[in-house]
Amino acid sequence: MTILSVENLSVHYGVIQALEDVSFSVQSGEIYTLLGTNGAGKTTTLRTISRLLSSTSGRVEFDGKDISSVPSYTLPALGLCHVPEGRRVFPQLSVSDNLYLGAYHRKDKREAKDDLQYVFDLFPRLKERRNQEAGSLSGGEQQMLAIGRGLMGRPKLLLLDEPSMGLAPLLVEEIFGIIQTINREGTTVLLVEQNAHLALGISQRACVLETGRVVMTGEATDILANPRIREIYLGVS
Amino acid sequence: MNRRTMYTGLALALIYLLVHGLQAFGLLLSYHVQILSLACINIILVVSLNLINGFTGQFSIGHAGFLAVGAYSSAYLTVTFHTPFFVALLVGAIFAGIVGLIIGLPALRLKGDYLAIATLGFGEIIRVIILNTQAVGGARGFSGIPNYTTFGNSYLLAILTVFVIRNFVNSDHGRACLAIREDEIAAESLGVHSTYFKTLAFSLGAFFAGIAGGLFSHYLQYMAPTSGQIGFMKSIDILIMLVLGGLGNITGSVIAAVVLTIVPELLRGFAEYRMVIYSIILILVMIYRPDGLLGGRSLGYARLKNSIEGVKAHASHK
Repeated sequence: MTILSVENLSVHYGVIQALEDVSFSVQSGEIYTLLGTNGAGKTTTLRTISRLLSSTSGRVEFDGKDISSVPSYTLPALGLCHVPEGRRVFPQLSVSDNLYLGAYHRKDKREAKDDLQYVFDLFPRLKERRNQEAGSLSGGEQQMLAIGRGLMGRPKLLLLDEPSMGLAPLLVEEIFGIIQTINREGTTVLLVEQNAHLALGISQRACVLETGRVVMTGEATDILANPRIREIYLGVS
Repeated sequence: MNRRTMYTGLALALIYLLVHGLQAFGLLLSYHVQILSLACINIILVVSLNLINGFTGQFSIGHAGFLAVGAYSSAYLTVTFHTPFFVALLVGAIFAGIVGLIIGLPALRLKGDYLAIATLGFGEIIRVIILNTQAVGGARGFSGIPNYTTFGNSYLLAILTVFVIRNFVNSDHGRACLAIREDEIAAESLGVHSTYFKTLAFSLGAFFAGIAGGLFSHYLQYMAPTSGQIGFMKSIDILIMLVLGGLGNITGSVIAAVVLTIVPELLRGFAEYRMVIYSIILILVMIYRPDGLLGGRSLGYARLKNSIEGVKAHASHK
């Protein structure tokens, strides 16, 4: 079942075209990766899906509903949560306040408490630091907090924008392991990454963007085996 | 009612009785009590500005504009229609809140420096409109306002303001405002309707500034449309108190408002050097306490209890 379908999406920053006719679709239950070099339009795509940016043409359908023109703050309630690039935790608020804000749109505050426990089980380090200001956490912990905060909204689809950015290799592996756990427990994940090897390794399908256009879509294993991709992203020829 | 609210109520009642008691015994002159009323008015102004600047992070420097709306509209009601004071205050505050809404909707699309300049501009527009409205005295000023403001009613309204704003900040709505202050895009992506909450905080702040305005005009009994009374300089005065108390710190706001109302009065003996000394004090405080008088902490029961226990432990250790 398709949970997210992006059809012929075009986005402009002023006169500059950032995305041109981008189309792909994400199946319920999978991890889907958007791959691309700097400036390819990965983040633009995510931001357009979550309505932080407006498209000039095209259509985004989430869970059978056209979301191309709804305001961004209504999306979490529909089950779509965007963990933005660069983590963007609330630096002066405590870790638990950050997490509670993730459940902001929910009415069932009591269940949100159970979910807090769930997030703490997933990221024990956050539990240790629950009363600490989020700004005082390390980069990796902030990334965990950003993901945990996203999970507090109980999303059907989680958009993750470069969760590996600026993290040590060991931490990146830990984060990717957790992304797999989250996915196994039923959340569909749309992942944006530059780390092609790791991202393709955990996802079922992927799509490659180049200067705002889709140049390839398909099974992650096929893309990983493609000589051109190997050359550009993995530096092997 | 739990224990804390009971203790707080008791302490607040004691302060009130103390002021009246000291006045009855002639230890406080009516001059002193008047300064305390002014301190209460300033508390309302600073705490309400704190909601906008400190908690929601929308830097406004036009707060005196809302004070002016409340001051003039309530005075107009009591002078022309002999409206009861509290009704006039309420109408003035609602009016200020509506003006806040009208100004907030376009201005809050801006951020940072741009928002500050826009609020400054709107504040001046309000002042110039008043300056040119003959019904409220125009440039001559508005005189003959009855003396309705007492220590009692300004004290009560200051408590009410602190109570409402504190509860707002601690609610889900308040957490949404804090999230906007910290990171607006992240807040939106979690489902916080940022325009709504920014406007809500802005008009709620304006509403309370309107109450302070009503108290202010019935305290001075004469309103002049000058920069120092309802214009830019007044806004800056409020802002100084806010920053000195610490952005996002209600206890700090209250203490700074009281201290900065009393200090200039204490310095009256220095005549023309008064404002120089006042400014030096401000500079020193900002150098040594950059996070505000309380240094980012706020006074709460948990804190008080901790420090009492700390003192006890220290004593028994000896």
